Amino acid sequence: MTVWIAIGLTVAGCYLLKLAGLLVPAGTLERPLVQRLSALLPVALLAALTAQQTFSTDSALVLDARGAGIAAAALALVLRAPLLVVVAAAVAVTAGVRALGG
Amino acid sequence: MGVAVGLSGFAFGVTSAGAGLDLLQTCALSLLVFTGASQFALVGALAAGGNPFTAAAGAFFLGTRNAFYGLRLSQLLALPRSVRPFAAHWVIDETAAVALAQPGRRAARIGFTVTGLTLYVLWNLTTLLGVLGAEAIGDTEAWGLDAAGPAVFLALLAPMLRGTTERAVAAIAVVLGLGFLPVLPAGVPVLAAALAAPLVLWFRGRGAGHAQEDGTGRREEKGTDR
Repeated sequence: MTVWIAIGLTVAGCYLLKLAGLLVPAGTLERPLVQRLSALLPVALLAALTAQQTFSTDSALVLDARGAGIAAAALALVLRAPLLVVVAAAVAVTAGVRALGG
Repeated sequence: MGVAVGLSGFAFGVTSAGAGLDLLQTCALSLLVFTGASQFALVGALAAGGNPFTAAAGAFFLGTRNAFYGLRLSQLLALPRSVRPFAAHWVIDETAAVALAQPGRRAARIGFTVTGLTLYVLWNLTTLLGVLGAEAIGDTEAWGLDAAGPAVFLALLAPMLRGTTERAVAAIAVVLGLGFLPVLPAGVPVLAAALAAPLVLWFRGRGAGHAQEDGTGRREEKGTDR
């Protein structure tokens, strides 16, 4: 049930955000502070989510094979690899390190 | 682009199944939310045991950028009012990027529609395949598939890290997100990390009273200079 509540809230929230952009008169969202903040929010959230999902299990900080996988993904990004290669590198390296007992 | 979205969809299906969501819940997300980063954030927060409100809040904040795509698309596409509620569902990174790159209104409309339709079908099909695949292969962790979610986040994040402001926000967010993880309930540390954005803006506003760069709005948030 908890999951369905979360899904419902996310569906409504994300849809209203998309709709707001199309319906709201230009200018309302044009304030520089609002724009700046909305550009930076995803940066903060994505950075925190990447770190958490790489270095934690439940509420404990851990360093395991995922760390190696994300390092491989980061390297692929630096080399300007497409998303496909980036994700594949992360998955393959994580699986590889686990297979080796890491 | 289609291949990349397809793989992300597959990764989402796998991740969501690994997070304990069932087939119906996972497909409902892809059908009705249709904005990848928010979906990954939601299932990640639920997997970590977050309550529905904090989990949805993280997903919501990640979706704020779509409002700004909509704002730009609204003028470019000039859709009739009756069409907008339907078109809104397809306002995402990829459709905005394609539509905004077109030379004229007609091309932009075609670009938006074709990209939206293609990716919508692809995203939902691959999500379904991902869930079924995850059930078929059993232990998703042995295959390293739990690294797919964070890898997608990192790939979305990387092109945003152009300036020092963005990098500072990301660094502080990582510190806040990991630092609060052991002490705050699941889902809340991510929201705390979101504070890195206003925090950095505020510090920049204070540090640079003369700064112009691209923000004039910064000045209104502080009472006095220095």
